[in-house]
Amino acid sequence: MYRRHIVCDPAECTGCRLCEFACALEKTGAFDLELSRIRVAAPQPAVAISIACQLCEGAPCVVACPRKALSIRLEDGTIALDRGLCTGCGWCIEACDFGAIALDPNTRSVVVCDLCRDLEVPRCVESCPKKALSLSPQSAVAGRSRRRAAEQLLKEAGGYQPAS
Amino acid sequence: MSSFHGRLLIVDLSARAARTEVLDAEYLRKYLGGVGLATRLLLEHSSAGVDPFDERNPIVFAVGPLTGTMVPAASKYAAATRSPLTGFIGDSLSSGAWPLALKRAGYDALVVVGAAETPSYIFIDDDRVYFRLARQLWGAGCWETEERIRRELGDDAVRVASIGPAGEKLVRYASIGNDYSRQAGRTGVGAVMGSKRLKAIAVRGTKPVRAAEPEALRRASLDLYARSQGAATAKYRILGTPANVLALDALAALPTRNFRQSTFEGAERVSGEWFYERHASKVMACAGCSIGCDHIYRVVDGSHAGTQVGMEYESLYALGPLCGVDDAAAILRAAELCDRYGMDTMSAGASIAWAMECYERGIISREESGGLELRFGSAGALVAMVEAIGQRRGLGQILGEGVKRAAASVGRGSERWAMHVKGLELPGYEPRSMKTLALGLAVGTRGACHNRSSAYEVDLSARVDRLNGDRGRGRLAMIQEDYAATLDSLGICKFLRRCFDAFYPEAADLLRWATGVEMTAEELQRVGERVCNLKKVFNIREGWTRSDDTLPPRLLEEPLPTGVARGARLTREELDDMIAGYYEARGWTSEGLIPPGKLSELGLEI
Repeated sequence: MYRRHIVCDPAECTGCRLCEFACALEKTGAFDLELSRIRVAAPQPAVAISIACQLCEGAPCVVACPRKALSIRLEDGTIALDRGLCTGCGWCIEACDFGAIALDPNTRSVVVCDLCRDLEVPRCVESCPKKALSLSPQSAVAGRSRRRAAEQLLKEAGGYQPAS
Repeated sequence: MSSFHGRLLIVDLSARAARTEVLDAEYLRKYLGGVGLATRLLLEHSSAGVDPFDERNPIVFAVGPLTGTMVPAASKYAAATRSPLTGFIGDSLSSGAWPLALKRAGYDALVVVGAAETPSYIFIDDDRVYFRLARQLWGAGCWETEERIRRELGDDAVRVASIGPAGEKLVRYASIGNDYSRQAGRTGVGAVMGSKRLKAIAVRGTKPVRAAEPEALRRASLDLYARSQGAATAKYRILGTPANVLALDALAALPTRNFRQSTFEGAERVSGEWFYERHASKVMACAGCSIGCDHIYRVVDGSHAGTQVGMEYESLYALGPLCGVDDAAAILRAAELCDRYGMDTMSAGASIAWAMECYERGIISREESGGLELRFGSAGALVAMVEAIGQRRGLGQILGEGVKRAAASVGRGSERWAMHVKGLELPGYEPRSMKTLALGLAVGTRGACHNRSSAYEVDLSARVDRLNGDRGRGRLAMIQEDYAATLDSLGICKFLRRCFDAFYPEAADLLRWATGVEMTAEELQRVGERVCNLKKVFNIREGWTRSDDTLPPRLLEEPLPTGVARGARLTREELDDMIAGYYEARGWTSEGLIPPGKLSELGLEI
């Protein structure tokens, strides 16, 4: 089975953060952006990318949890949390290379993207005005890279205009 | 539940103290936020006749009622203070992640009073306010200041509004920069921060913003995201506002060489198309904006290689055609320098254009220009003068005062070539071939401003003959002003305006779903009228008289020499007739004063 996660195309991302608003509203009922499961990083004036849980195969967050509160759901690869076990220590947050886990001060446990499992389309994907976000398997990301590499080659060969 | 917090933060730099006050519901209903709320708070926290650089002149920041929600293009703030350039109301808008942070810190507005003893910055960390030394930051540009403060505080989520060297050195049109490429650009709000030795306001906001009816707000927002990808915003998304260059040139409405002409033979080389093909690198968006208009341009080769800057039409007009310069890379470099020094590209460009005219006419000597051949078209002189103004060296010392004061100090007939209204330099639309705009610029409360008036939209529509003014323009200009003031108080970006089918009812819905405030379309329109009158109240308090509503002599005496509007002129009688029509439409006296009955009708008893 191909696992799918929230993929952002940085060429299209404008750093607007509307995905954060949509996610926060869905998950908290308010625009509580600290608890958005997807976050934009824009370290430079002309660079932006939106990042949510990558659904790592050997998830470092799961490995790092001292109480075994985190696990990988077999059906879709998302991270499941056993709230009864979580103490909110934050080791998973430190272990995550993508900053995709946040601590919820209201419940004193952690939150992470679940791909809006109950909805047809994840809220972030639905709200992205530039269609930079998609729910895609890694193979689609690799496919996009291959296409861009090929387009670059053709462009250098001259005369080619990619379809817009 | 409401997206209003009903909370005001007051920071006293002299006392190094901060406190909060409740903003009551009736107050927020009357002024909403942004320019309306900021102007109201300014009036309340200041007194008449205080010099703009006196520590008793406060600077007020107010975010919009929709800021912090998912309504697009609504993450805005207004800064209001007594302008060091005009002596009247200085209200300037900017957008981005900084106003979002201020809202999330739990405030609708921030009033800064007093002055720090030494260079300082304040750090608003939700409920706490820290006063921090900024000696190490003094002299740094806006971008650098932002990054260094984030590093110092150790958190990328900290957003920063700062001034550059121009603000520190009291360039009268210094701006406030935030989130790299956004500026509260006009009327010198950055100089007022500089006079308070306030280098920056850093904010970390982590609180939720709530909506009265989140599901309705979500649906309406998604609809606006879709509408904002269509034809209504194509100009902003694709070429960006520089698309105006060729359009205005064709209409003989592109001010060139300090308003000598209204067509530019170099227009192609500074067109939106030219910039897009050669220099565009990435399009970014302000926080919470579905449009994305912020074109970041790069220069990759030549003497200005390494330049990276966002640029709008108004910056391009002032640093390009107005100075007769058609070198795109040099214009980008000049814009980048303005952003880093922290000063208004429009007033800077217009000041240099005035100096170029005076140099060519022999009013300013080569000795006074520091040996610079300060001629129209000289890209080298343009870049050198921007540097000189930012550092306030040589002629830059005088040009940093703005054209009104610069002309008064140089004298020798240079006043005739100073293109300003009330001290604010003109925007990039030719008044002689756009008569409703001419009226809007003349009566504007912050001086010559296209954005607060928006009257150029009337001229560009088929509704009027743009080359001939009449008394009826008064009402049209008023409607445009009220509309702009409503947008500015809701904190909705004007670039979203065409995405509404019927603005007032739709905006009233958004306001209700976000804040819970019930308001009819008419009442919302009334807010715009109230805010326009309020700004006028401030100006009257600061000594406004009928003679302040006028245009520079060149526009009233010289006909246009080129283009489809060749021979077009604007007479004083024509302008006075339109102004009379405007006062009449506003319900003001023939001398432009607000009768007490009008004030009480608007609920403006001060």
